[in-house]
Amino acid sequence: MSFQNFDVVIIGGGPGGYVAAIRAAQLGKSVAIVEKEKLGGTCLNWGCIPTKALLKSAEKFQSIQHSEEFGISVKDVSVDWSKVIGQSRTVSSQISGGVEFLMKKNKISHFAGLAKLTSPSTVEVNNDGKKVADLKGAQVIVATGAKPRRIPGIEFDGKKIISSKEAMILDKQPKSMLVMGGGAIGIEFAYFYNAFGTKVTQIEMLDQLLPAEDAEVSQTLGRSFKKQGIDLLVKTKVESVETTSKGVKVTVSDAKGSKVIEADIALVAIGVEANVAGLGIETLGVEMNKGFIKVDENFMTNVPGLYAIGDIAGPPWLAHVASHEGIVAVENMFGENKSGHGVDYDNVPNCVYCQPQVASIGLNEKAAKEKGHKVKVGKFPFQASGKAKAIGEPEGFVKLVFDEEYGELLGAQIIGTEATEMIAELGLARALEATAEDIFRTMHAHPTLAEAVMEASGAAYDQAIHI
Amino acid sequence: MATQISMPKLSDTMSIGVILDWRKNEGETISSGDIIAEVETDKANMELENFEEGTLLKIMIPKGGKVPVGGTIAIVGEPGENIDDLIKEAEASLQSAAVEPAKEEAAAPAAPKLDVPPPVAAPPVAPPVSAPTAGRSGRVKASPLAKRMASAKGLDLGTILGSGPGGRIVKKDIESFMASGGGRSLISTYANQLPALEQKDVPVSQMRQVIATRLLQSKTSTPHFYVTVEVDMTKAVELRGALKEASVGSVSYNDMIVRASALSLRQFPEVNSSFYGEIIRLHGEVHIGIAVSIPDGLITPVVRNADQKSLIDISEETKELAVRAKEKKLKPDEYTGSTFTTSNMGMFGVENFSAIINPPEAAILAISSIVNKPVVVDGQVVPGKRMNLTASFDHRAVDGATGARFMKELKRLLENPILLIL
Repeated sequence: MSFQNFDVVIIGGGPGGYVAAIRAAQLGKSVAIVEKEKLGGTCLNWGCIPTKALLKSAEKFQSIQHSEEFGISVKDVSVDWSKVIGQSRTVSSQISGGVEFLMKKNKISHFAGLAKLTSPSTVEVNNDGKKVADLKGAQVIVATGAKPRRIPGIEFDGKKIISSKEAMILDKQPKSMLVMGGGAIGIEFAYFYNAFGTKVTQIEMLDQLLPAEDAEVSQTLGRSFKKQGIDLLVKTKVESVETTSKGVKVTVSDAKGSKVIEADIALVAIGVEANVAGLGIETLGVEMNKGFIKVDENFMTNVPGLYAIGDIAGPPWLAHVASHEGIVAVENMFGENKSGHGVDYDNVPNCVYCQPQVASIGLNEKAAKEKGHKVKVGKFPFQASGKAKAIGEPEGFVKLVFDEEYGELLGAQIIGTEATEMIAELGLARALEATAEDIFRTMHAHPTLAEAVMEASGAAYDQAIHI
Repeated sequence: MATQISMPKLSDTMSIGVILDWRKNEGETISSGDIIAEVETDKANMELENFEEGTLLKIMIPKGGKVPVGGTIAIVGEPGENIDDLIKEAEASLQSAAVEPAKEEAAAPAAPKLDVPPPVAAPPVAPPVSAPTAGRSGRVKASPLAKRMASAKGLDLGTILGSGPGGRIVKKDIESFMASGGGRSLISTYANQLPALEQKDVPVSQMRQVIATRLLQSKTSTPHFYVTVEVDMTKAVELRGALKEASVGSVSYNDMIVRASALSLRQFPEVNSSFYGEIIRLHGEVHIGIAVSIPDGLITPVVRNADQKSLIDISEETKELAVRAKEKKLKPDEYTGSTFTTSNMGMFGVENFSAIINPPEAAILAISSIVNKPVVVDGQVVPGKRMNLTASFDHRAVDGATGARFMKELKRLLENPILLIL
């Protein structure tokens, strides 16, 4: 089979790969993208997007249950589980179709199949075990992403011991569920299933949910989860998991001793591992770092001309990081990065979409102090926000961390409804190097939740008005 | 008829130039092609070539001054010509463009003064005036944080070059300005007083980090061995002269060595290889990297398929790559993918040195100066032109005898340079 030549061949059609492909096409390059499943990757098909649809169902259900306080009585509320799941799948496939359209619009050659690197610049595409194409790229980008990591010794069976992928398409709602892991994915599923009435037990090995987050934020979330009915066990380790005819029997231990928890299903959400199997990178001598591909600041591996972006190039494993890496990698490799921008890993927003939502960017108070900053912290609770009270969402707060010397915004943490939308303002503030005073003096519309951001920056200097 | 010389756009992103030094003084005769000044742009320090004929009548922007692209920097004409109107015109346009006037102590007169003594240990940008931002017209783009830092430290933002979008001054620029000693006040000192040396911790740039990692890895994990040959360059020197005379172009010795290396590599594929543990890849193409020194490190532009290019093609391509390398404008595919590298220190009068292999290549060639020295030919001591070449080989991929034969072939080609033209 003769080679089809491209300026760049991209392996993986997720938010890293397809964004890189579009950027390269915008620069007038010939681009091939190889994807073994549907375009859009984990993000569109098995992650960000379908889970947001599921979470919206849970929120709607919760808000109907609390509609009484707004003067609306609703009777005979019922949940059609298959429609909850169906809605989420419909959204996924619509958006994946949208990505396919974008590939066509940008004249990107899409090859369906499994890619294998036969040299640093050649890619063999196989579909159903049959070779369908041989591609040659002046540059090659690996963007195959990552998949749920298993606990050593505990295998996924897809029925009783499941990963996030199965958790978003269960045929029927389990009566009880054990969630292993207190990170973003575990938290979103714990919230989702609990909201629909599944008895959820969540286990985290470290001392708080979202171990990297501000302690106050994590405590507030933990309290809210307990109030919502989730049984939350921190500083707790999973010792063993056993499947029974009814479900799973999980032995956990903490400082006080061990106990057995039974549930219909165990969800393992303890992180991800790189999708490297079958890629052929071992034979090319590609250097790895803790199971992920090692890259330089141009996202090039140790093999010249071979690049890696997104989850496969290591943490943070986030769709928006992958997309930015894809753009920077492509612009650099074609000499089109005129302003010389890189990916600013100090300014990556982290978002969790349970209720209350959690969003943060930059350094939290503890991390800032550890880095030697003298800090000024400003906090504003939504309890004191007119808008939050009016819409019945007074839970949570905005916390801003400033460097004392010049009022530099070091980081922001928000917990509360719409926190994930509000964090964008603080990302921009950090990118443009706004100081506390700039944020405080920027007029924020009344009444909005975002006023809490303005007030928190005032609070750092004892100038908040409504507290 | 006098004319103005204005600041040209020396890179496509350049908006402001800093006059680092004047190579010509007022009153000197200049002609087209002369280098009249050295200019710092956003990318690099560059020479400013003159295209006018006449006498340099007036320098509008003294050493250290900043001027936007298109601003008048000097006036050229006939000696004694009246250029008052031109000066006024230039001053007006400079003021409206909000350029830095001549920078001196706060007490300096408003009009540009010409014989400014060189500042002590000139920072990379124009020295700051002591009064912060006072009396400055025009907008300086700076982040709120940068403005606050500058005002706290008493810096004039107008003297700091911004690295953010559109030249915006950000925190990093203030920090690097301070680190480069830009924050020191400029008390007038005697021109001949030695500036004090000071201990400085310089942050390691990304490029330095890459150099450090890669070369440490190479030197510690690649078993190097070295082979030196002395090459009789008499005929190469003659050939270069002949080509120049025939107006074929100025081919350098380096170009000849690149071509000779490429031809030799074709014959010794083991030298044009990479050792990958399980396999040794004999490359199907010959791409030669040429180490070029740039201000904060080095970069290796690549002449692709050098074995299939003529000497003239190699020469032209190398020149063009070197210029863009120094401007930091190479695309990644222009500095990656080499299968063999050359490093030339001949211009420094180096007699012999050895280089560290650039992984995953199997060899690197260190090129020294051509030295005039007495040599013995047919039992007679005669003047000779000799050059040392030292290759470093990766012993995992190349054995001693192969390395030696490769060097012998390289020597043969360079001693019979007509073979390089065929």
